[in-house]
Amino acid sequence: MMRFDLTRVPIVRAIFVARGPQLALQLGAMSGLILVLVAGLLGTPVGSRNPATVLVWIAWWAALIIVAVPFFGRLWCSVCPLPLPGEWLQRGAMLRPRDTGRGLGLRWPRRLRSMWLQNGAFVLVALFSLPVLTQPRLTALLLAGLVLLSIAISMIFERRSFCRYLCPVGGFIALYSQAAPLELRVRDAQVCAGHTTKTCYTGSATGFGCPWMAFPAGLTSNVACGVCLECLRTCPLDNVAINLRPMGADLLDSSRIRLDEAFKSLLLLGSALVYVFVLQGPSSTLRSSAAAVGTAAWLAYVAAFFLIIAVVLPALFLLAITVGRPGTPGWLSPSQGFRRFAPSLVPLGLAAWAAFSVGFLLTNASYILPALSDPLGLGWNLLGSSGMPWAPIGGSLGAWPLVVILLIGLAWSSRRVRAVAEELGGGVRAAIPVWAFSLLVTSVMIWVFVA
Amino acid sequence: MGLRRLTGEHLARLALGLIMLGLPLGLVGAWAVARTAASPTTVHGRVTEDGGWLPGTLRATVGTPLRLRLISDDVQHGFAIGQSDSPAVDLPPGEIVDTTLSFSQSGTYTFYCTRWCGPNHWRMRGVIEVTGGQPAISDAIDPLYLSLGIDIDAPHPALVVPGVRPSAERGEALGTGLPERMRSRQDFVRRSPVEIWQGLRRDPSTTGLSDSQVWDLVAYLWHSTTSIDALSDGQELYAQNCAACHGEDGAGDGVMAPNVAAPVLAGHESGDQPSSPADFTDRSTMLGASSALLQGKILRGGMGTGMPYWGPILTDAQLWALTDYLWTFQFEEAP
Repeated sequence: MMRFDLTRVPIVRAIFVARGPQLALQLGAMSGLILVLVAGLLGTPVGSRNPATVLVWIAWWAALIIVAVPFFGRLWCSVCPLPLPGEWLQRGAMLRPRDTGRGLGLRWPRRLRSMWLQNGAFVLVALFSLPVLTQPRLTALLLAGLVLLSIAISMIFERRSFCRYLCPVGGFIALYSQAAPLELRVRDAQVCAGHTTKTCYTGSATGFGCPWMAFPAGLTSNVACGVCLECLRTCPLDNVAINLRPMGADLLDSSRIRLDEAFKSLLLLGSALVYVFVLQGPSSTLRSSAAAVGTAAWLAYVAAFFLIIAVVLPALFLLAITVGRPGTPGWLSPSQGFRRFAPSLVPLGLAAWAAFSVGFLLTNASYILPALSDPLGLGWNLLGSSGMPWAPIGGSLGAWPLVVILLIGLAWSSRRVRAVAEELGGGVRAAIPVWAFSLLVTSVMIWVFVA
Repeated sequence: MGLRRLTGEHLARLALGLIMLGLPLGLVGAWAVARTAASPTTVHGRVTEDGGWLPGTLRATVGTPLRLRLISDDVQHGFAIGQSDSPAVDLPPGEIVDTTLSFSQSGTYTFYCTRWCGPNHWRMRGVIEVTGGQPAISDAIDPLYLSLGIDIDAPHPALVVPGVRPSAERGEALGTGLPERMRSRQDFVRRSPVEIWQGLRRDPSTTGLSDSQVWDLVAYLWHSTTSIDALSDGQELYAQNCAACHGEDGAGDGVMAPNVAAPVLAGHESGDQPSSPADFTDRSTMLGASSALLQGKILRGGMGTGMPYWGPILTDAQLWALTDYLWTFQFEEAP
């Protein structure tokens, strides 16, 4: 498969290896976080006028889903401000390694080394998402809570255990970063095998050991790599590459997929479906129920959410796999089939989230400048845009951009389904029910967008 | 080399310190200064369930402008002073709206929300206590319903009702010479249409007329004792303040009607016993009510029914204009 190593370009490599550019981006992101926290706690409680809600849930979320993840994979994780205070405290340094590390440095419990906790954290945030999306104070408290949690985890456990195993967004980015045309990999695994000190993992004077607890030579997908670039700095053999590659290259090999990651595909697809229904669907009752935390209506919403993501969609997907079994003795068990076919849903899930986010952005983007112009709701007009009225963008296009994005995801997923079915010897018969499943989910979302 | 590394780390920490301490301190400081600096009185508007106007009581002095900074903390609200000619101010969510009020007479003024912000919108009111100067001339005259001794909470069934909708135009066309005492507005507003009809029926001048034609005369009396301007004002007031509960067509089926029947605010012991909004198209009750009774209900509110009290909000002329308009749900106007 064609790949182009960006680090072969001297200036690109220099930018990646130098800590200054990355630190500048991190500090910029940290400034944004602080603005969000202060504005969220002290500014106007009106969600559409407060930078906390507007910057996080309209600007950042859209940039993450529409641009960062599909095209740059996990690059956001390398500048994300949430774990930085914990990481800097743990290291006792912001730049190069020093002998000032703090914390217990315990290893993350073996039983918890999976995506299940992240899946749970994502669902937990999703259940409270409507109040959080609309109330700046809740947004600020959520982010502050995540920062404090990451500090606590960093003081107890080694490296970026919080990012790897707990962050509710980390699992999301990890899964969909597999579609990105960017990867960090070693050039020659044999070189790594012969390198006895493994400084990419243990660290050296020039950089830290992999914060994500990954051994670069063992990377087969973007899931476990946070693109922090430390291995690029610590490898004395110049064996680490940042490759441009065809999109979705990680999805070609489904044999390595574990159940937690496979389930994540269904979970996120189902969550996108629920979000589209709740936030962009026609039912105001549904939105009110999702917002009324603690009421019977909200409990019904929670029950419906769980039913869809944990029962209905997985059951339908399993049914599709079972119906498509070729009847050959020794063919895949339902569990194996689930794990092998689930990665095929990654493009569709990413497209669903992208379509949802594009719709959300087009509708709400005009809130961004007024909120920035008066970040604390004090009547300021710093950018001269405080009085800018709300105006949805691209209204004349209707839902068609969203439909096109969904159809691209459906086509991409369908192609992967066919490839997996062929690879497993199930042929078109094994692919058809999974296609039908994908088409059903896509149709429901298109119906909501168009209706 | 060691010195360079140390310097880099120090610079990084300095930058971080500026961001993590300087930025929040700067923002919080600016926020605190802006809040404490000599600035207009800030009034936050929230739906009644979340507190209504905060603060709900303002103080002002005659002759000194009261500068207000109005902010809606949730949905679209409006701000207006009751019984005032000043136009209402719209408050889009989160936007800061500055306005200045001035008072020439002392007294207690009511400010209220002019937008249907929620089921308890009408409860979103506050008061401005104005001191100094001359007190406002008190309207010592009791409301008409009180001077007439009308119990506005008592049932008022119509003992007779017309078979067809009475028409002021048809009534005028009859050309009947009505007794002068019955042509006055004072007479019309004090008696219910049924009482007027009964009076007319007994009058010799209507001997040759059918019951339906006498009802047309009642409609004509209504129309001839009001004015086009009053009906127009009443229509506008009704659309702004009444239609949400009573319905655009007066049938008591407005979009907020289900909420009126719902329990009142949790924790608000208003003593109200909400019931369905009145149906102004119902002949069997409307025609038994006098204009004085209807005006009294609007002015005082339907205590025990969830009907707001409009006395502090509407002027006397507005109250009567609204009352006159209510008869359009019973009578056909003349062209």
